[in-house]
Amino acid sequence: MLNSALSDLSAALAAKKLSSVELTRLFLDRIRGLNGSLNAFITVDEEHSLAQARVADERRSKGDAGPLTGIPIAHKDIFCTRDLRTTCGSRMLEGFTSPYDAHVIERFAAAGAVMLGKTNMDEFAMGSSNETSHFGPVRNPWDATRVPGGSSGGSAAAVAARMAPAATGTDTGGSIRQPAALTGVSGLKPTYGLVSRYGMIAFASSLDQGGPIGKSAADLALLMNAMAGFDARDSTSLQRPAEDYTRSLGDSLQGVRIGLPKEYFADGVDPEVLACVREATKWFESQGAKTVEIALPNTGLAVPVYYVLAPAEASSNLSRFDGVRYGHRAKDYTDLASMYRRSRAEGFGTEVKRRILIGTYVLSHGYYDAYYLKAQKVRRLIAKDFAEAFSRCDLIMGPTSPSTAFPLGAKSDDPVQMYLNDIFTIPAPLAGLPGLSIPCGFDGKGLPVGLQIMGNYFSEAKMLGAAHRYQQATDWHLRVPRETAL
Amino acid sequence: MSLTPEQLQRIALLARIDVAPAEAQAVAERLNQVLGLIDQLQSVDTQGIEPMAHALDTQLTHQRLRPDEVTETDRRDDYQQGAPAVEQGLYLVPKVIE
Repeated sequence: MLNSALSDLSAALAAKKLSSVELTRLFLDRIRGLNGSLNAFITVDEEHSLAQARVADERRSKGDAGPLTGIPIAHKDIFCTRDLRTTCGSRMLEGFTSPYDAHVIERFAAAGAVMLGKTNMDEFAMGSSNETSHFGPVRNPWDATRVPGGSSGGSAAAVAARMAPAATGTDTGGSIRQPAALTGVSGLKPTYGLVSRYGMIAFASSLDQGGPIGKSAADLALLMNAMAGFDARDSTSLQRPAEDYTRSLGDSLQGVRIGLPKEYFADGVDPEVLACVREATKWFESQGAKTVEIALPNTGLAVPVYYVLAPAEASSNLSRFDGVRYGHRAKDYTDLASMYRRSRAEGFGTEVKRRILIGTYVLSHGYYDAYYLKAQKVRRLIAKDFAEAFSRCDLIMGPTSPSTAFPLGAKSDDPVQMYLNDIFTIPAPLAGLPGLSIPCGFDGKGLPVGLQIMGNYFSEAKMLGAAHRYQQATDWHLRVPRETAL
Repeated sequence: MSLTPEQLQRIALLARIDVAPAEAQAVAERLNQVLGLIDQLQSVDTQGIEPMAHALDTQLTHQRLRPDEVTETDRRDDYQQGAPAVEQGLYLVPKVIE
């Protein structure tokens, strides 16, 4: 059961081979056994999960069950939940319980899914290694001395170690795809606007997008069916007809044009990573797909653009944490201004403060045009690169991350080296495009390698279909880390 | 562009974050590394390029509006439950008017 597809779990529940309570207990026991070493969850409330499982079992006995009814799912601790505290990985929100549920939480509740707990993450989703969490780093199940990636590192590690059948994540510059790649699981960042950001604690609002993390593309499709949909409470939520994201899982690859951006296969990318990715693209060719070399010439500018825009938006979004309405308030202060400054100095960690300071600087008087406006213009150049590329191909493939999982502490003292790690995942959210990562092999150290598949706006079903075909022919996604053997 | 510890303190004041004088040098050095990264943008020719403010600004033609109706109920007590200091429905802060 621990390694089963969501559709198999659903079938087992429907056939009464086991109950949701039993299934939920199975995963809660697994969490109890492994979380001490991996630190993938910040908050688990077994009684709450089991109560939801009992409700799901009742629903099913009444014949009122959908594909996710009774299936336990872990949620990134960035999604507000009424019943469990929501920390966003920060001391600032260590004791915070939201008065409402995020839209994504409501959607999974409506589908009858069971909340398994809240997963660890980089503080306020700012990080690529999960080392910025106030609650300590998550460890990579494939090698506990290495990072799981970030910021959705807890969700990815939980799925990789089979502590959860599936999880939610959020992606601003790669926070779903990069940890999925580094832990050998599958993750999808949807087109901007498909998943409501209501109740998803904001980092950079023009980029943030929620999405699923699971064992396979087929699982991601089922999760998307629950997560995506219009929500009037998010002004960027798109009003579109409901989609069935599983609809293209059986599609042939014959004639599909796959663009291979030369910038993604360049020097500086780990040769072992490139070898796995090339092997995968050859498999697609063997199935009748046609690969074409394309150029995304502004790829190298994506990281600098992102580190203007994301901090700028963060400095504005995180101004809400003032020690007045919620969150940490300092004990010692002399007046209102010092209360703000001390509460924020104590409540935020080093990386969050760094980004707020950068954002404040690039938006400050005299620098706005040189940094912020300039970055917005280069953002358009990056989006134009993709528009040009998609006139020549249907999907774009390349590595998700230039390297496999790196050791804890290896980059935590050098922000620029850490940021450059996201060079291949930052471009898609800048353009608002969807991207996914699936496992496509291992390096010589036994660490998983991720294949990134990007598509045009709203082409999630097509991307998931291609990924599913690959996963039918390979078993990378079914491998389980030896340290967390079933 | 490079920030001195003094300039850093001005930014920190704007951001309402205390930076201890003993840390200012180290914080400024890290920020300068990042500013070095983003300074790459200065050499890009962006003549005639419209700034892109929104991820889907080529897809969305207009901002959605809703009717001007009250849709929220009063949940003040719920919302104030997590506040550090409240009294009679008000948020308490240090005295700002003498």
